[in-house]
Amino acid sequence: MSAAPPARPAPTPPATRPARPARRRPFARRAGGGQTRLALLLLLPAALVVFGVVLYPAGRALVISFYDVDSPFPGRYPFVGLRNYTEILADDRLWAAVGHTTYFTLVSTALELVLGLGLAQLLAAPIRLRWLFRAIVILPWALPTIVNGAMWRWILNAQYGVANALLTQLHLQGDYRSWLGNDPFLALNMVVVADVWKNTSLVAFFLLAGLQTIPRGLYEAARVDGAGPIRAFFRITLPLLVPNIALVLVLRTIEAFKVFDIVYVMTGGGPASGTQTITFFTYLQAFSAQRFSSGASLAYLTVVAILLLALLYLRLLRQSELMSP
Amino acid sequence: MSENMSELSRRRLLQLTAVTGAGLLLAACDVGGGSDTGTGADSGAAGNGEGQIKALFMKQAGYSEDDIRAMTDEFQKKYPKIKVEPSFVAYEALHDKIVAAAPASTFDVVLIDVIWPAEFGSKRIVTDVTDQFPAEWKSDMLGGALATAAYRDRYYGVPWILDTKYFFYNTDMLSRAGVDPASLSTWDGVLTAAQTLKAKKIVDHPLIWSWKQAEALVCDYTQLVGAFGGKFLSDDGKSIAFNTGGGLQALEFMKRTLDTKLTNPNSVESLEEDVRKIFSDGQAAMALNWTYMFNAANDPQQSKISGKVGVATTPSGPASAPGVNGSMALSVSSGSRNQKAAWTYISYITSAGVQDKYAKSSLPCWTKSYDDPTVASTLPQVVPVAKKQLANLIARPQVPRYNEISQILQAELQNALLNRKPPKKALDDAAEQARTLLA
Repeated sequence: MSAAPPARPAPTPPATRPARPARRRPFARRAGGGQTRLALLLLLPAALVVFGVVLYPAGRALVISFYDVDSPFPGRYPFVGLRNYTEILADDRLWAAVGHTTYFTLVSTALELVLGLGLAQLLAAPIRLRWLFRAIVILPWALPTIVNGAMWRWILNAQYGVANALLTQLHLQGDYRSWLGNDPFLALNMVVVADVWKNTSLVAFFLLAGLQTIPRGLYEAARVDGAGPIRAFFRITLPLLVPNIALVLVLRTIEAFKVFDIVYVMTGGGPASGTQTITFFTYLQAFSAQRFSSGASLAYLTVVAILLLALLYLRLLRQSELMSP
Repeated sequence: MSENMSELSRRRLLQLTAVTGAGLLLAACDVGGGSDTGTGADSGAAGNGEGQIKALFMKQAGYSEDDIRAMTDEFQKKYPKIKVEPSFVAYEALHDKIVAAAPASTFDVVLIDVIWPAEFGSKRIVTDVTDQFPAEWKSDMLGGALATAAYRDRYYGVPWILDTKYFFYNTDMLSRAGVDPASLSTWDGVLTAAQTLKAKKIVDHPLIWSWKQAEALVCDYTQLVGAFGGKFLSDDGKSIAFNTGGGLQALEFMKRTLDTKLTNPNSVESLEEDVRKIFSDGQAAMALNWTYMFNAANDPQQSKISGKVGVATTPSGPASAPGVNGSMALSVSSGSRNQKAAWTYISYITSAGVQDKYAKSSLPCWTKSYDDPTVASTLPQVVPVAKKQLANLIARPQVPRYNEISQILQAELQNALLNRKPPKKALDDAAEQARTLLA
């Protein structure tokens, strides 16, 4: 910068020297102000989009949560401070929804992890037509959640559902029964089943990626030392998979915590509000009851909860990384 | 992978949060938009009466999607300068779609339910059309229809679907059980008939209802509240009244039919369409449903009981026999930039001529249509019943926060039906939660 060149030097093609790996540090000061400016210029459209569709709406929602906005139109609304938060925190329906969400998150994530681990082992096994099995297993994940929810709603239909027909004909149950309508807790568990069916494949593929990085030699050495497959699993596979497990846990917990669409399609929050989750309750408040401020404050409480979860997970992850070999 | 993970450290996460926070502060400069006109909704414009308009309908009960597309095609032949683009959503999604689409003025014409004029009118989501509403419509339309779009003496739309829940029965099952259809004129008679049908093993569960946690549940409940002489609100409209008297008896009646297994237990997860399917499959003998079920259950393509469908006015309870007012109206959205064209379209498809032509799906809102021989001949069994029933309707409360009250009521009704609370406790709890929403 001190001695500005009179004119920009023409870009000379690298004659004989191999190109320096300058690309790795685009912001290095030596690369010159022009390049930095270009980089910022190139980043500008993305930054604008991010501001427009993420930051601005998020900020607007935060502001709305301090007012009493009861219509979808812009206008003047009374400022109420934290009243929306205190009112919503005192609402029994919120705590019921928190209970449902917590149960859903814990059970579905745990099941997906255990089943996904087993499935990943199968998919990693050296068998014929492995590509075909892998393709089939990814199918549930490829299905949109709405389609998945509608499918399970039909499978579990009390009057015409396949589940009832199958279980009755196999004499596993005496008569047709209601899966989604009569018992709120059973309905919640059925939503968990539908979610596990879809998301186990994602978990399996994350773990499969991890499995493939474990050197074969470790298992051979363990076998030589007399360790059986179970011991090898707990002493080699599991410890080496910890980073993958942690990653998939973070993803799945946060996703499960935000569950909305599958509930909307399968049960609509019923029976007796027994499958209402936090996001579903937020939706009802904001759009069905037109309490936009209440909905916004609920959304922010959810954000805080997820942020805390993420921090907790990152801490666990760092610890596990320090411990893993 | 572990390298990538450690990049997203706690510090980085907090930094991201800080950046987000800065963005939030920027956004905070703008509170709720700049408009000073209160809830300034009327951003729309009359337009020149031509061009494109979008209309939002539901795909359920009433006129079918095919009917509406056919009406629209006829309209466009007559008014070639207006192009109408209809959209369809499930009834359960209709309210929220209208609300969410309002600020962007996505739709020019929206179909609204009888329970929404108070909410949509007071929040100015739809326009007040009182000044455009011709005086003769007020005298030529049936009273129940007119009430559909009215709130506090103003009109927020034009009545289009005039409907209530009729009582349907399977004539074949009744004759096999030796039950006289005339005995179904009271709910006591219905229970006796159901017991006979069950005892003779003609059908496992004689009754099917739409008692899923949805508005459909409140519709069935309302009809029974009327039969048992109950009220939703006190006469001055300032307090809740459904937790006493007829309101409580109605719920106890519902619960009793479930406990005695006269009602199909799957009722608690059924909507009107499920009722139609189960009734059409011959798995129920009696049901309440909207007009459209008569036509659908008599269609051999989708019904096993075609030709065996009886229809009657709703049975009476100790008090009377009103049908729930389940009518719907077409409104011009406040944000529409083409309100004139929207009004032209609404005036056309709500006209007596068009309604008479599609009477098979939904009965007209016009008094004179019921004496029109062509209308009477399209549904000869239904029209005489409808004439009687439509004169006696019960409305759900006309209050701006109806939707919220209904959600509370749905959940508590289900608590009682699913044995989680005694009926009295459930209704008391609903009343307690709904109390503050009346103001």
